[in-house]
Amino acid sequence: MASLPPIDLPSNATGAGAFDAPAGVEGNPLFEYLLRLGDDSLVLGQRLSEWCGHAPSVEVDLSLANMALDLIGQATLFLDYAGEVEGKGRDGDSLAFHRDVLDFRCCWLVEQPNGDFARTMARQCLFSTWQHLLFGRLAGSADERIAAIAAKAVKEVAYHRELASEWVIRLGDGTEESRRRMADGLDWTWRFVAELFEMDPLAGFMAEKGIGTDLAAFRADYDAAVRAVIEQATLPPPPDQRPILGGRRGHHSEHLGHLLATMQFLPRTYPDARW
Amino acid sequence: MWGVLAAVADPEIPVVSIVDLGIVRAVEPDRVVITPTYTGCPATQVIERDVREALDAAGYRHLRIETALAPAWTTDWITPAGREKLRAYGIAPPGRGPVQCPQCGSSNSREISRFGSTPCKALWRCGDCAEPFDLFKCH
Ligand SMILES: [Zn+2]
Repeated sequence: MASLPPIDLPSNATGAGAFDAPAGVEGNPLFEYLLRLGDDSLVLGQRLSEWCGHAPSVEVDLSLANMALDLIGQATLFLDYAGEVEGKGRDGDSLAFHRDVLDFRCCWLVEQPNGDFARTMARQCLFSTWQHLLFGRLAGSADERIAAIAAKAVKEVAYHRELASEWVIRLGDGTEESRRRMADGLDWTWRFVAELFEMDPLAGFMAEKGIGTDLAAFRADYDAAVRAVIEQATLPPPPDQRPILGGRRGHHSEHLGHLLATMQFLPRTYPDARW
Repeated sequence: MWGVLAAVADPEIPVVSIVDLGIVRAVEPDRVVITPTYTGCPATQVIERDVREALDAAGYRHLRIETALAPAWTTDWITPAGREKLRAYGIAPPGRGPVQCPQCGSSNSREISRFGSTPCKALWRCGDCAEPFDLFKCH
């Protein structure tokens, strides 16, 4: 079983001295919350676009590129809004291309490298199932703009969830090799699920305001849905692993910096470039 | 005014207009409200630009264009005329019943790919005439 390297704590780590230590709610909570929503979509959209031209078949290539487009569309809406809320003249593009890795608020799951196609589908199934349930709730957010984005995006995410779930089932219940790869993919991605449901002070604050939502409230639905897919894939449930937290506070895996280097290179090197 | 907008073609399926697709939500004395079909649809910005050009050309420079996300666009807003144009063009219009081949009308068809050449379409194939065709996905 693959295991992650030990985490070196920086000398200026605060609180209990661990990445898991919750920080208080700092800065503008709505801005921070929108970064979480937008960065999840942005980073996964960028990851999926790496498949463009490399997928196992042209149909799969189209699917992944279309999902990437949907996610980048969500990111644009959330990050443009974040920029307005912040009020410093930044828009979605400047937030996407001119922030450094420590200022990103995405979860660890979305920044993980694609691996093989099975791992990509495992990641997509675990993420899209969560995002589908989340957006279903955010469609009733007290913040009208978040509600509108979520209500629009939830229809698209339903497709992502269905498509990824079907691939998990097909590969798990497929050949010996596809089964082994799917099991490996789930094993790798499983450790990042706990972070999706982390209720830190900011998440709690936004849920209280009715703008966000209590993530724990749909954990059981999520577990049941994912378990059903894994059972249908005739795979054993992945064993529980030590959860990895920190993305929401800017502590990321080493993979995110590499992703940003590719994504941000052009607008940073040619700041006046236009489409 | 609706006539001006009905002449603005969808950039990706030019046989239908943005009015046919239900993209134009409101026309008021001072503004036109449009809505995106899919959040990531690359055509969204092109549509806004085309609407601007059409309005300017028809002498409606004072009208501003607003984009509304809510209520979310649905294929239910495609007009009957728009559905007919799609079918004639070879794209099966969205519907809840069995998918009909736009070439021969057969319902003996199956999905080849959930995602097609644009976010709004899926790729299907007819079991009778064997032609592949696009299905405008129910959304
Ligand atoms: Zn046919």
